Amino acid sequence: MVRVEFLGPISKEPKELDIQNLAELSEKLKEDESLKEWLECSAVAVNDKLVSSKEYPLKDGDKVSLLPPVCGG
Amino acid sequence: MLELYEGALDVPAILKRWYEEESESNYGAFIPFVGTVREEGGIDGLSFDIYEPILTSWFEAWQKKAKESDALLKMAHSKGDVPVHQSSYIAAVFSPKRRVALEMIEAFVEDFKASAPIWKYDLVDGKRIYAKERSTAIKGSGILA
Repeated sequence: MVRVEFLGPISKEPKELDIQNLAELSEKLKEDESLKEWLECSAVAVNDKLVSSKEYPLKDGDKVSLLPPVCGG
Repeated sequence: MLELYEGALDVPAILKRWYEEESESNYGAFIPFVGTVREEGGIDGLSFDIYEPILTSWFEAWQKKAKESDALLKMAHSKGDVPVHQSSYIAAVFSPKRRVALEMIEAFVEDFKASAPIWKYDLVDGKRIYAKERSTAIKGSGILA
């Protein structure tokens, strides 16, 4: 299982999903209408490293984090 | 060195300590940047969420870059609520040369704004309202859309 966490203002509980890559995660998350706006503007990290490809493979125990737009300072 | 605090920063204490920590390090320049919460739009203050694992790795990558120029970075940021006229952010560069320090403080603070995993909320009537319009999507965002 892969744990998916929604950071900052995305007020969603973490999910445990049986998925093989980020493309599959994308399909699963698109089923939730309330996440649509966040998917368009969020960055993705796997095990706390930012990734840039939807084909990124996932394995059992991985943690995926969605990072919406930031504004520190 | 990355320091995170609950609530507003004690600016005089942090700057004094940073100055004293490096006073014998032979740096020719020390440039601090202090960010203060401004009173505007009727807010009572700002509030912050931080994702520490990625903030730490982002900062460590910058520290490595600074070291290549013989410079040193320090940063402090608030978690939770910070009232208006208080500080939520301090960044500082120490460097043997002023030019390196001047350029680095600008590049560091700008990249901080664009990349550091920190989320800002306006505090209005006791509620936290995500500052969406003032936020920046991290480079590479949208791959799941």
